[in-house]
Amino acid sequence: MASPDTAGGAGHDTAGGAGQSPPPQRPALGAVRRAFAPWNDAEARPLIRFEAVTKTFGTTRAVDAVSLDIHEREFFALLGPSGCGKTTLMRMLAGFEQPTSGRIVLDGVDLADTPPHRRPVNMRFQSYALFPHMDVARNVAFGLEMDGVAKPEIARRVEETLKLVQLAGFGERRPDQLSGGQRQRVALARALIKRPRVLLLDEPLGALDKKLREETQFELMDLQVQLGMTFLVVTHDQEEAMTMSDRIAVMDAGRIVQVATPSEMYERPGSRYVAEFLGDVTVFDCTVEALSEGRAVLRAGPPLDASFVVIPDEPIDVGQAVTLAVRPEKMRILHADEAAPAGMNTLSGTVWDIGYQGDWTTYLVDIGTARRVRVARANVARIVERPIGWDDPVTIAFAPEAGVALTR
Amino acid sequence: MKRGLTWFNVTALVAGFTFLYIPLVLLVLFSFNEVRSVTDFTGFSLRWYERLFDNDQLLRAALVTVQLGLASAALATVLGVMAALALVRGGRFRGRTAFAGMVYAPMVMPEVILGLAFLLFFVATSLERGFVTLLLAHVTFTMCFVAVTVQSRLLAFDRSLEEAAQDLGCPPWKSFFLITLPIIAPAVAAGFLLALTLSLDDLVISSFASGPGYTTLPMRIYSSVRLGVTPEINALCTVLIGLVTVGVIVASLVQKRSIDLARRHARP
Repeated sequence: MASPDTAGGAGHDTAGGAGQSPPPQRPALGAVRRAFAPWNDAEARPLIRFEAVTKTFGTTRAVDAVSLDIHEREFFALLGPSGCGKTTLMRMLAGFEQPTSGRIVLDGVDLADTPPHRRPVNMRFQSYALFPHMDVARNVAFGLEMDGVAKPEIARRVEETLKLVQLAGFGERRPDQLSGGQRQRVALARALIKRPRVLLLDEPLGALDKKLREETQFELMDLQVQLGMTFLVVTHDQEEAMTMSDRIAVMDAGRIVQVATPSEMYERPGSRYVAEFLGDVTVFDCTVEALSEGRAVLRAGPPLDASFVVIPDEPIDVGQAVTLAVRPEKMRILHADEAAPAGMNTLSGTVWDIGYQGDWTTYLVDIGTARRVRVARANVARIVERPIGWDDPVTIAFAPEAGVALTR
Repeated sequence: MKRGLTWFNVTALVAGFTFLYIPLVLLVLFSFNEVRSVTDFTGFSLRWYERLFDNDQLLRAALVTVQLGLASAALATVLGVMAALALVRGGRFRGRTAFAGMVYAPMVMPEVILGLAFLLFFVATSLERGFVTLLLAHVTFTMCFVAVTVQSRLLAFDRSLEEAAQDLGCPPWKSFFLITLPIIAPAVAAGFLLALTLSLDDLVISSFASGPGYTTLPMRIYSSVRLGVTPEINALCTVLIGLVTVGVIVASLVQKRSIDLARRHARP
């Protein structure tokens, strides 16, 4: 995609250009991010409230009784597979769809009777939806023109906003004369220029290639802090949601399954669905055999016939059926003749397949069950004395706190 | 596969063009004839062109035709765009299928029947036949062509462009004029030109719908040919052919230029 001439002209499409210009000024992020958790504050009034919002198309419930609070300055992601209702939820906030029942409240005002063109939200469309018959400057100016802002003021703010998205000097180009990455920026500038109460981003990075996507992620995060705005992102890409957002809502079949910060969502998934949707995981169907001092012994039935010790996050009872979920990077893989550290849960198996990714190596280990166990190892050393190969007998080991016992 | 000029290609090309253009070439040729005959060419002269521009009747008919064409094409374009919008954007409203059928009916309806229907209608409503009745008739049978042309463009139109406009504070009616119309403009223009062309060369429906004072050029040509073909008519037709040719060439040049410009800007 990125040809040498576009890299030379724009300079911002490739990561390589970063070293040539001084870094843009921005507030230090650490302090902002660490202290930011309005959702834990009972006093805080949310900026957006979805109250039991339902939307039906014919007989299908696209959105099913969703209640959700989003706070000012939050970077919030709606994450889910296609058809889960996340886009419909966003379109209802923008005003393009009307809820069948329930209320959407923004800044304390019920939006039901406000048409799209009067709502203080702006959307960056998935297809960018740039006006092909207008140049970049007019595209960006469109929102201000509609508000009847004075011409010199518009010119000033267009220039300022194009600079913000690093497109200064591109005002006279037409959308079809821009690269995908540049078009993305124009769409962003057009939606930002009115400083909406909420910026809606529909699959913001979907159409970009991998390098560009990573770069744009960090740019969006910077912009959001710099402008102090509230961003609502709809995405099916978990990596995108995890990297950028303060909180994520995972959706499935029109319902919200869990709302949490990215790390909470990954390390303490509330259900098997979330654990499997977010990242890789190996699950074992178990029953609780014994409980003592905050530890639980889980028993996996045949064909595995193994016991695991875990530290459950939520209260469970003896005899209850639970799912044990373990992330690949939280397991260790050893040669069968090596001793596993004391106190760890172990499983023996043989290596079925190996995927080498450079930074990580993923091992698929056959332990006699239908699904193979996925173990990931960071390649911290360049030379491994005794590499693990195909068909090698191995031991998998994981600590009691590495697994999550899920009741749902 | 072998490309270029094989003997088969050349023969097919010559035969095809001969078939298409010999009649037209003959027509043009005899407009420059010295004598009245349209079968024997004796020598070159421009006398029939002189006669043509002295013929008030023909010139008046030409004026009527052009006025009628422009007015009916303009009206048909407005109505056709509205019909296309209703069909594409209206969702599944009650009677949509019937509406679509009725919009397109004039395309397949025999012209004689349509013309007769107009005549009966105008007589029944005692509407005096003249420019207005011609206009009504022409709008009716050209509108569907505009609707079809615009409909296909609207189907391919990305609705999110309009949504984006509204999202940025543009009321729905305004977003149609600021965003949708400029983007579908080429289809609207094509529809207009199609309507204009159809109106200009219509003979059958005009014959039924017009009154004594209003004769269009095709009607005038047809009635004078019935009294015998004169090179004067040939001259008139040659002028028309010339105008159409120039129009087509200019239109394609303009289009090519705009494409070239877009290409040049794409890779500066």
